[in-house]
Amino acid sequence: MAAVIETKNLAVAFGEGDARNVVFHRLNVSVEEGEFVTLVGVSGAGKSTLLRVIADLIPSLEGSIEVNAVRVPSRRPIAMVFQADSLMPWRTISQNITLGLEGIDVADADMQQRVDHTLDLVGLSDFGNRWPYQLSGGERQRIGIARALAVEPDILLMDEPFGSLDAITRTGLQDELLRIWRETKKSILFVTHDIEEAVYLGDRVLLLGGTPAEIVREYRVDIPRNQRREGEAFLRKIEEVKAGLHEAIAVTANNANDG
Amino acid sequence: MKPTTRYVLSSTGLVVFLLFWEGFARSGIMEPHLLPPPSTIPPALISEINEGFWQVMVWSSLRHYTIGFVLGSVLGVTLGVVVALFPRVEASQAYLARILRPIPPLAWIPFAIIWFGITETAAAFIISIGIFWINYFTAMGAVKAVDKDLIEVARAFGHRTFPALLRKVILPGAAPGILSGLRAGLGQGWMTVVAAELFGIQGIGQRMIEAAGLLNTQVVILYMFSIAFLYGVSDYVFVRIQQRILAWQR
Ligand SMILES: Nc1ncnc2c1ncn2[C@@H]1O[C@H](COP(=O)(O)OP(=O)(O)OP(=O)(O)O)[C@@H](O)[C@H]1O
Ligand SMILES: [Mg+2]
Repeated sequence: MAAVIETKNLAVAFGEGDARNVVFHRLNVSVEEGEFVTLVGVSGAGKSTLLRVIADLIPSLEGSIEVNAVRVPSRRPIAMVFQADSLMPWRTISQNITLGLEGIDVADADMQQRVDHTLDLVGLSDFGNRWPYQLSGGERQRIGIARALAVEPDILLMDEPFGSLDAITRTGLQDELLRIWRETKKSILFVTHDIEEAVYLGDRVLLLGGTPAEIVREYRVDIPRNQRREGEAFLRKIEEVKAGLHEAIAVTANNANDG
Repeated sequence: MKPTTRYVLSSTGLVVFLLFWEGFARSGIMEPHLLPPPSTIPPALISEINEGFWQVMVWSSLRHYTIGFVLGSVLGVTLGVVVALFPRVEASQAYLARILRPIPPLAWIPFAIIWFGITETAAAFIISIGIFWINYFTAMGAVKAVDKDLIEVARAFGHRTFPALLRKVILPGAAPGILSGLRAGLGQGWMTVVAAELFGIQGIGQRMIEAAGLLNTQVVILYMFSIAFLYGVSDYVFVRIQQRILAWQR
């Protein structure tokens, strides 16, 4: 299998001088074609930053990022679901969803069809004509997902997309996402705080930790997805990742004390 | 408070004020031409309209006002947006704006006359100055305050050129601020319009000075209220348009 995302010795830093914050020094991450990779790590570890460099929203200092996706006129190769509320308040919900479709080759009728379809997927069919302020936080987050799906990307970068949803909606959307992933063969890099979610969704769980951050652990989840909600193996995997995260935090704390 | 209660109280306040004024003016404490009672104003209006003054003066003032408003607003908003977008431009204007801005619009009257003579252009020029500064600073602030995260979102969805970002994020994001600047300018304009006409350019201000010279004080008050009325109408219309454009705000 070919890697669709591959970073080699990636370095990213913010600020200058004393305020300089080196987020990554030599980061190596890859996502294979069609793979569902989940990324966990403590707050401030650099998860959002990683998605941002991959999406070419912030520059890297050193190293390389390769993004291999087929270019098709009516689609965008890569799309991002943002962590924070990211809808344009002056656009209706439909207009927010078409944001990524403006500037690529999509006919008006097709555009409308994609809006309807993605609204349907996130369970908000009747919301097209509303303004963002008329939606709840969780509903807005789902529109953010619809907006990313509407461009039919090969690669989907998702930054805690289910963060502000209740358990029931969240579970439903997780399964919906898995279905979309299977049907459309997307490659997904999915950031979450929730280890259970990471293990439930991912083919592979990456643990980002340390300063500068690296992939400190990597877990392959070889459990069939229909056996993942409960079951011995699934629960054991969750415990394993949790233990790894705690260890990584302890190591980071020690390093900080030594340094 | 219920809306009807509010309405009743507001109206009562106005009526009480007018009655008090009428009584005071008729009491003989002051000479009638120093403070004419409000009941003399409607007849004054009718006579000014019949003689054709009111229409002509209001129309002239409206013209100065409109030209000044459009000129000051367009220049102010455009330059304010540009300055906010380019840090180097912002740095180069910093001291200049600090020196020029505190100069009151009316202090430009001598130069307005030297440059343009006693013309409508001179009046429009003076009016535009105050409006310019208001819009310049509000537009600058509004553009700077646009949510950077939304610019990132637009970039992530393929809108990476400057014109695209301007159109899709910066201008819509700055629209509430820019519109409130325009509205403030709308009020500021009426404040300078009278003063700009005091030195002989045809309009409400000129007519007021003329009437004051003849101690026709009810005519002076008539035009004072005419300005209040025109301001009220223009502000009402503007707010309506503003609400339309900003329907997306809660
Ligand atoms: N624009 C920025 N300027 C300066 N520092 C930044 C900027 N963005 C992020 N950082 C810093 O980079 C580090 C990584 O931030 P990032 O947002 O990637 O964390 P995260 O892992 O996504 O955290 P969370 O789980 O809280 O979202 C943090 O220390 C943060 O303070
Ligand atoms: Mg984050």
